[in-house]
Amino acid sequence: MAKKRHVTTTINGEAAEFLCEPRQSLLEVLRDTLGLTGSKEGCNNGNCGACTVLLDGVPVDSCLVLAVEVEGAQIITVEGLASEGHLHPLQQCFLEGAALQCGICTPGFLVTAKALLDHDPAPSERQIRFELAGNICRCTGYDKIVRAVQAAGRKLQEHQREQQRT
Amino acid sequence: MDRDFNHSQVIKDPADRYQVLGTRPVRHDGVDKVTGRAVYGNDVKLPGLLHGRILRSPHAHARIKSIDTRAAEKHPGVFAVITSADFPDLRTKTAHLGEGAVDLAHLAANCLAREKVLYRGHAVAAVAARSVHDAEAALAKIRVEYERLPAVTWVLDAMADDAPLLHYNVFTDEMGRKSAKPSNISQHLHFEHGDVDKAFAGCDIVVEREFRTASVHQGYIEPHVSTALWNQDGHLKIWTSTQGAFTARQQTAELLEIPVSQVTVVPCEIGGGFGGKIAVYLEPVVALLSRKTGRPVKIHMTRAEVFEGTGPTPGSFLRVKVGMKKRKMHAAEAWLAYDAGAFPGGMIGPGCMCVFSCYDIPHARVDGYDVCLNKPKTQAYRAPGATHAAFAMESVVDEIAERLGVDPIDLRLENAAKEGTRRVDGPVYPRIGLVETLEAAKKHDHWRSRLEGPNRGRGVASGFWFNIGLKSSATVHLNPDGKVSLLEGSTDIGGTRTSVAMQLAETLGIAAADVHPQVADTDGVGYTDVTGGSRVTFATGLAAHEAGKDLIRQLCERAALIWECAPDLVRFAAGVFTHAKEKKSLTFRELAAELHETGGTITARATVDPQGATNGFGTHIVDVEVDPETGKVTVLRYTAIQDAGKAVHPSYVEGQMQGGAVQGIGWALNEEYIFDGEGRMTNPTMLDYRMPTALDVPMIDTVIVEVPNPSHPFGVRGVGETPIVAPPAAIANAIHAATGVRLRELPMSPPRVWAALEAALRREE
Repeated sequence: MAKKRHVTTTINGEAAEFLCEPRQSLLEVLRDTLGLTGSKEGCNNGNCGACTVLLDGVPVDSCLVLAVEVEGAQIITVEGLASEGHLHPLQQCFLEGAALQCGICTPGFLVTAKALLDHDPAPSERQIRFELAGNICRCTGYDKIVRAVQAAGRKLQEHQREQQRT
Repeated sequence: MDRDFNHSQVIKDPADRYQVLGTRPVRHDGVDKVTGRAVYGNDVKLPGLLHGRILRSPHAHARIKSIDTRAAEKHPGVFAVITSADFPDLRTKTAHLGEGAVDLAHLAANCLAREKVLYRGHAVAAVAARSVHDAEAALAKIRVEYERLPAVTWVLDAMADDAPLLHYNVFTDEMGRKSAKPSNISQHLHFEHGDVDKAFAGCDIVVEREFRTASVHQGYIEPHVSTALWNQDGHLKIWTSTQGAFTARQQTAELLEIPVSQVTVVPCEIGGGFGGKIAVYLEPVVALLSRKTGRPVKIHMTRAEVFEGTGPTPGSFLRVKVGMKKRKMHAAEAWLAYDAGAFPGGMIGPGCMCVFSCYDIPHARVDGYDVCLNKPKTQAYRAPGATHAAFAMESVVDEIAERLGVDPIDLRLENAAKEGTRRVDGPVYPRIGLVETLEAAKKHDHWRSRLEGPNRGRGVASGFWFNIGLKSSATVHLNPDGKVSLLEGSTDIGGTRTSVAMQLAETLGIAAADVHPQVADTDGVGYTDVTGGSRVTFATGLAAHEAGKDLIRQLCERAALIWECAPDLVRFAAGVFTHAKEKKSLTFRELAAELHETGGTITARATVDPQGATNGFGTHIVDVEVDPETGKVTVLRYTAIQDAGKAVHPSYVEGQMQGGAVQGIGWALNEEYIFDGEGRMTNPTMLDYRMPTALDVPMIDTVIVEVPNPSHPFGVRGVGETPIVAPPAAIANAIHAATGVRLRELPMSPPRVWAALEAALRREE
């Protein structure tokens, strides 16, 4: 077993540091070392997307990122979506639109969808389906997930328009 | 974007007057599940927790000559290693688990192999260590000496006289008679009514076809995971991902030969099950590791372990024959062989009962075979056995409609099962809604619209699932602020906390948000059967309704105390208690405020055990486009129609219909266990075992038809399973409409479709 490394990073806007073995994935460190168990392990090989986090704004499967690689990076996990006691519009729209059943894939979908809407709040249905294709949901058939992302996009656009007016 | 037609409709019963049922509140556990706070099985952390791993067989069939664990035990960080020798010997015991009986010796041997390994991925030994990495390293040091045996993975091959024999103590049970020689065929079922042979002789048209289906996996995203603490006081506590805490408790207790009262099972949030998380795999193993180490032990399966070690659905061979007298189905016959995997007791029973369940056929016969072979023990998967049967029958019905030149919905309507129809296995239907789903299909914009373009076609198919009752319990505590807490025992996989709480709210005349539902552990609520059989909203909802009535009865007594009258003079309606003779009334909330002044808190409870099926029917319409160059089938448009009895929370009913339809699309078009020549699964990853992604499917439009179930106070029927039954047949029928070619083997994957199109071209030439 190699010596543990010290890593300094930012997680959900807060400075964080941890010790990890070089072989440990970011997912393992988030869940087991830092107690951020919102990111889920469905396959541990990058196929299912349940462990998706944003690494410097880009959605990645945290099971495929070594923890030592995140030195100096900005990481957003599902725990970082709600702010000041308010749910993110995506979280709100997932709830209102019944876009989850068992909920195990939901954190990954929310994080991937956030990356998409941050980039473009009015994506087409096709674009949403394309961007979400790295996240597998076995319960919903995707219909309500796609509609929830569309609804959240509309909410974000309204917020933006309101901000422009004021 | 929303299209210009109504993508979700609810066709209500005209008598519907509900206040809460039929609304769409946010689910009670929703915020926890969108913020990452919900505690699933793998999120359980205990002081001193050890991590386990399981050594699995590399061979599909082999005798275990020896297992040497000494080197693994000495590996740094390892606390314990166990094998089947650590299990009690359970050679002759059977456990009854509500949905069916289980041979305990087989169940134990599936958890850790005894004498033989029967499939690649069969668990052989388990290690508990300081970390998962240490446990993995120790696995590599366990020496197992195998004597390899020939393997068999296709059901017809396994039925042959010279097939490799899996068990020396399994004999064919033929209507109660045991075969003289041991056999892979563990059971032959036979159902018959009417005079089938004579009836076929009198038919104008007889269509007989053969069908094959590959094994598919339930594909839940959360792998199996269990944590056990066998405490020094002798009490065993297990935190696990299970569809049934009480049946997990019972199986574990029976396998370990300890009383059920010595075990507490805590059902964690569960990341999907679909039938595959009823049998125990890990629970007894982590329990034994915990007893040996004196510490809590957790095992979380890898995805490959899930594919190779847990429940696929049967692979099957089916022959279906239907005879018509003019446009009426007159005679039918089915011969079904379903594999059970490594141990007997697969899904052949429901397969036989479902094959003709949508039709009124006076003369019918079904023969079914349960066959052991070298795959993981098959487990239930959403309407287990019914999808295979419907693929065969609904394809034949479509072919008959084509031969007769009749609209396929009209043919179904003219032959549809209805109240009074006798199913081939005996039961006579009460009020059911198949006809209503067919009529809704016929009127739907999807069916009436024109489908244009080359290589495109439309298909339709119907499907049936029983939907069972079984035991459920509920406990309700009233709070002085007029809100209630609800404890129930049904693991919530798809929003059932809310659909159960809504039925309590309707009973009490309060808002859904005023009920706080929780899924309790096995010490916190009365016995409740598994979350399966589409039973939770039906049966646990019934328990909540009965507990609500108990609460009202007790509140009437409190009102009587206040009003100094006899309790039978207190009436309750629409959330208000009134005096029958005097002008006195109290709202539910006002009376609750008097709780502590009138004798203290009120606890209400109910246990129910409704018998019989609630009978769910659905009809699906699909448009596809077939790429003749590659054989790839694209689903262009999809509509699922289903009788929900009463849709308690329509969004989650639609969700079941949409999710089931997409699982069915995956089963139809891509998913399969691919085996090499030695019985090894070659595609045990989610990339290679190709489940549908968001990009593979369109929106799934829904129509909920409400034909109230006469055996539930709110008319509720189960809805979860029916939606997976029709899709493969509907898609096969659509492919035929697009190409003129009938596919009779699942999955209808690009190579198979391409080969079928090529073969048809060659025939034309």
